[in-house]
Amino acid sequence: MNNIFVYCEIENGNVEDVSLEILSKGRKLANQLNCKLEAVVIGTQLNNIESQLFPYGVDVIHVADDPRLYPYTTLSHAAVVVNVFKEEKPEIALFGATSVGRDLAPRVASALKCGLTADCTSLVIGDHTENKTGTEYKNLLYQIRPAFGGNIIATIINPDTRPQMATVREGVMKKEIVSTTYQGIVKKVDIGAFITDEDFIVKIIERHIEEQKINIKSAPIIVAGGYGVGSKENFKLLYDLADLVGGQVGASRAAVDAGYVDHARQVGQTGVTVRPKLYIACGISGAVQHRAGMDQSVQIISINNDPNAPINLIADYTIIGNVSDVIPKMIRYYKENSK
Amino acid sequence: MSFRIIVLAKQVPDTRNVGKDAMKADGTVNRAALPAIFNPEDLNALEQALRIKDKMKDAEVIILTMGPTRASEIIREAMYRGADRGYLITDRKFAGSDTLATSYTISLAVKKLAPYHLIISGRQAIDGDTAQVGPQAAEKLGIPQITYAEDVQSVENNIVTVKRRLERGVEVVSCPMPALITVHSSAPACRNRNSKLLMKFKHARAVTELQEETKDYTELHSHRPYLKIEEWSVADLDADFEMLGLTGSPTKVKKIENVILQQKDSKVISSDDKEVEALMVELINNHVIG
Repeated sequence: MNNIFVYCEIENGNVEDVSLEILSKGRKLANQLNCKLEAVVIGTQLNNIESQLFPYGVDVIHVADDPRLYPYTTLSHAAVVVNVFKEEKPEIALFGATSVGRDLAPRVASALKCGLTADCTSLVIGDHTENKTGTEYKNLLYQIRPAFGGNIIATIINPDTRPQMATVREGVMKKEIVSTTYQGIVKKVDIGAFITDEDFIVKIIERHIEEQKINIKSAPIIVAGGYGVGSKENFKLLYDLADLVGGQVGASRAAVDAGYVDHARQVGQTGVTVRPKLYIACGISGAVQHRAGMDQSVQIISINNDPNAPINLIADYTIIGNVSDVIPKMIRYYKENSK
Repeated sequence: MSFRIIVLAKQVPDTRNVGKDAMKADGTVNRAALPAIFNPEDLNALEQALRIKDKMKDAEVIILTMGPTRASEIIREAMYRGADRGYLITDRKFAGSDTLATSYTISLAVKKLAPYHLIISGRQAIDGDTAQVGPQAAEKLGIPQITYAEDVQSVENNIVTVKRRLERGVEVVSCPMPALITVHSSAPACRNRNSKLLMKFKHARAVTELQEETKDYTELHSHRPYLKIEEWSVADLDADFEMLGLTGSPTKVKKIENVILQQKDSKVISSDDKEVEALMVELINNHVIG
């Protein structure tokens, strides 16, 4: 069996969490397939990068170290990855489903003419029999992902092309250190053989941190708070839950008027109308003006200490209790039970 | 030579608006109840192209889409907003294409439209959310890609400069043209239809559309050639059949599981640890979260 490769993202000399999460998953898959786990690290000043990677059970690290390779640009990193893969012939190749991974992986897959599945939330090893030909495949990578706006869960396989490539969502795999003394080897990539000046025609002029404008309309999950949340500080809990489940924070007019949140987050007649997959109404009584902006949500959870709050009438689940008590529990049990 | 911008667009089912009315009794999505729309980020892409055209006299915006005959609706929609002309790539042989086969097909069509300066498309389509076709097409065309664009800031001296929207911030990059740009939803919304353009292009039709029409467009189209939406099939693209459609698609769908979203009755629970945990497990198992 050929090996499992993980492309590792580097920011300011550190391996990003998403890459460590995928390495942790990769280690388990490698154990199951009885093969090695290899990492590809591309950037500059990577002298001590192995100390960050070996504890996750990495057997081989391919390091491409050159000042021109940081920050990330598509063509140069794609050239390195494509050539490493051509030489090493991985069985499986995984990338983060981040702006870097989703930019790089398709470029690589196209060059290698192999299959790629985006945004996987689960990876499982399994067999497959082709119905038409009866061909049997052993130990394929089942790439499991939501599709169709999250309304279906699809299992995708790449029976005939290698590597089997996938990008994996941030935060869905658990980061797990195998052993602080785990020891692998480091291989230097011969950059000169792989990269030409042509690979640097895209120039980065500037990079800076800038908050995105708030847009809750397209969020699949909205955690909305009302006056019942009680304070701006308590709203922080809502942000924690929203961040964790990949959602946005919304609010009722009362909460906006009380100064707990920005107006851009207001849901209802004088705010925005939303139809997320899941709407969690926290301490919102559910005035008709608010309900008009969210009652088409596919599923609604109401957290309210008033069992007779009007919002409960349209909720699929009502949790009777205090927001400050219930949300930390939701966060805890989500973390404990998600894969 | 004019400055040629090709906008790649897709007609998609409106998966964002799966409200309770689009659910079947068993809790799965009733796909037939979803309207076919112009993929939202492709509209952001069209706007970026039109803004370049606003500033540049000799720029032309060509819209290119792949899909069934019906997909010419979005070509007309783009013309109403300012696109000059459109091409529909349609053939049963393209059915079942994954992103690799799709990008191969699109790259062949784009090559026929050379020389071009920019290819602009949405970052991803809402039916698959893969964001793969843009970068894969760029690779097949051997040109650089700039993904997650929020603003095409300038097009000067054969250099395009673009502001990108990333997880934690923004990046401004530049590269020589031709280049492929994919546009993020945080870019400005597309302008509305222009009523003059609506009048001008409302009878624009592709060949297979004309065959389905009861009205005879022959004379109208001979007087006004701009009303003809060009249509390309496999025969028009110099294609390797092995790389098209299902045959050319390395990824296969093994299984589809419908997400069960409907809860019949409202459940009332307490804030007790056990009950909250049971709810979170249920939401995770039903793929509502996680």
